Amino acid sequence: MSEAAGEVSVSCKINGRPVTLHAFPMSRLLDVLREELRLTGTKEGCGEGECGACSVLLDGELVNSCLVPVLQTEGTEITTIEGLANGEQLHSVQEAFLKCGAAQCGICTPGMVLAAANLLSRTPNPTEAEIRAGLAGNLCRCTGYMRIFEAVVQACQRTGIRP
Amino acid sequence: MRAYLPAYQMKALPSLSETLEVMAREPGIWQPFAGGTDLMVLLEAGKLTHKNYLCLLHLPELRSIEETPEYICLGALTTYSQILRNPTLQREFPLLCKAASETGGVATQNRGTLGGNIANASPAADLPPALLVYDAELELISAAGSRQVPYHRFHSGYKKMDLRPEELIRAIRISRKMKDWKQYYRKVGTRKAQAISKVCLAGAANVDGGLIRDIRIAVGSVAPTVVRCFQTENLLRNNGLSANAIHAARETIAREIAPIDDMRSTARYRLRVAQNLLAEFLGTLQSQ
Repeated sequence: MSEAAGEVSVSCKINGRPVTLHAFPMSRLLDVLREELRLTGTKEGCGEGECGACSVLLDGELVNSCLVPVLQTEGTEITTIEGLANGEQLHSVQEAFLKCGAAQCGICTPGMVLAAANLLSRTPNPTEAEIRAGLAGNLCRCTGYMRIFEAVVQACQRTGIRP
Repeated sequence: MRAYLPAYQMKALPSLSETLEVMAREPGIWQPFAGGTDLMVLLEAGKLTHKNYLCLLHLPELRSIEETPEYICLGALTTYSQILRNPTLQREFPLLCKAASETGGVATQNRGTLGGNIANASPAADLPPALLVYDAELELISAAGSRQVPYHRFHSGYKKMDLRPEELIRAIRISRKMKDWKQYYRKVGTRKAQAISKVCLAGAANVDGGLIRDIRIAVGSVAPTVVRCFQTENLLRNNGLSANAIHAARETIAREIAPIDDMRSTARYRLRVAQNLLAEFLGTLQSQ
């Protein structure tokens, strides 16, 4: 980590690719992703950690990228919505969202998909309550919650949800 | 208006000792920065007045969870998610786990820390009422050494606390002696998830043959700090759970709290709900 004219260089891996970011230490990860790296799949909603539209995975944990200063990403591995599919092969949650029509305006969708994928990676056969708790930090202002919920249930079809 | 980023400095020094040395050499210049779930909100709103921060997240000394027969000692960087995943905390400290599960959503729980929740000093914070019930003690460290402070004496006024500019919270020690007590935690907010509390009450009691042998009661969002209700506890200790006792407890707790009207609720509502939560807690003791 070096300093030059107030900006710092931060090395991390984004979607499997090593990158060195140049930014002010307290720049929001959200802005660096969108503006420096043009990874605009990560959306800004509230900008205060309430809505989950800017969710990304940081070392495998769901975080709001609007609340992460870029300095704290040194040495980490970040997955954004652009890095969730395996090449042309969509993640099971992405497939399920398509099948269930779980997107309306689409602003909450990347965050919802990452939150659901993160939930299923930890809890492959969640209860309905666990699904609701896993998505509690992601708001859909189109209120399309039922289809989103159905998509997550569908994404666990191979493993099933617990009663 | 958004913050002017070049005005803000944050450093991640290689070790805890270097971090403490800088804080001692330039007291008040550098403030600690942990998960950022409160400070980054202020930054984005253009309301973050302090400009220089030392990042703590990478320091392993602030992260450990240690168990002894009498205590659990949680490093200040313990996140809400780590609280929720710890088997001992799940088994013996249900109030802490309930509080952690009702704070923000998963993303906030992954990032927010116990030490940050204490040092941010919001009277509406979710963990502190549980910490007060578990007789928490804080270990504060500086380049000069360390000291212990009972948590109920830590917050002295709105956003005021017994923490010197060169000190950090290293760890929070909670007592295991309430593990077999009847425990109660209820947060009343606008909605079930992602809400800041209007009132929150945590309680634990050792009840034997209808008699309260010992009891702890703490309330959030009803005063400039979270409140441990010592007078109400004293009234109830070695007492039965008669209608008269519950009525007297409701009257006493009303004198121990000082709720206000604000954007989230009214003083009148908070007072009534605090009394009702207390009565509900005491009701759970009767049904034992």
